[in-house]
Amino acid sequence: MTHSTMTFRRWLVLGVVAVTAPLGDTLLSIGMTRVGPVSLHHLSELIYALKTPQILAGIALLICFFSSYLASLSWADLTFVLPASSIGNVIVALLARFWKHEHISPMRWLGILLITAAVGFVARGPSYTEVPRPHESLQLEPEAEPR
Amino acid sequence: MNLFALHHGWADAAMISAIVVFATIGDVLIASAMRAIGDLDNIRAHSGLIGAILAVLGSPRFVLGVTFMAFSFFSLVFAFSHADLSLIAPASASLTFVTNAIAARFFLHENVDRRRWIAALLVCAGVALMAM
Repeated sequence: MTHSTMTFRRWLVLGVVAVTAPLGDTLLSIGMTRVGPVSLHHLSELIYALKTPQILAGIALLICFFSSYLASLSWADLTFVLPASSIGNVIVALLARFWKHEHISPMRWLGILLITAAVGFVARGPSYTEVPRPHESLQLEPEAEPR
Repeated sequence: MNLFALHHGWADAAMISAIVVFATIGDVLIASAMRAIGDLDNIRAHSGLIGAILAVLGSPRFVLGVTFMAFSFFSLVFAFSHADLSLIAPASASLTFVTNAIAARFFLHENVDRRRWIAALLVCAGVALMAM
């Protein structure tokens, strides 16, 4: 049986999942570009990479992403959380267009349209499938009469 | 298509498959662990933030899921060093949406109705188009 477990606060948590993952990845990518290529023989250079502000900010955002992703999976289905949080791809593309003035090809606009449609589609449906847990199904068994 | 191109195609497919399979197993294990642990908001209300963190970290299924996610990440990094980013990133990201929907249907017993199938396929196509 499926039903909606979503509240305004939970939509905000899904928003955090959507925004922090792509922004964290982007900051890590910018930070690692500044650090330069790291050789397998000099992995200790990765520790120095932690002094880069972009990498620290990226790690902080990815910790936020993972904790809110775990929280969302405790009250919503995986097949609800993944499409609903994919709006992050759209947010990053729009930031690139209007903040960094990058060119977005018609194919990308079509991609943005499809993802937005998917999010709208799944968001209107139920968010959680009620599956009886093993100990709950055991409780359905008639209890033994007390002697 | 010459033999070299065919070999490359198989190698790319194998790397993408490894990323997708590891990511799907990791996602399903983590989702299953979180479902078994219960609503984190309630746990945090009763046991505080530390109690919620301990409940998550104490789940062997969660730890196994994170291990598979790490395998997926290292497979991704390995693939980036052998194939084009423009192929590996969108192909693995979009395929994972479909495999997750299939795995969630069979292993998590989620009610993946027509609405969710369409959403998964739209995101899959959208991610592929955005990477072009």
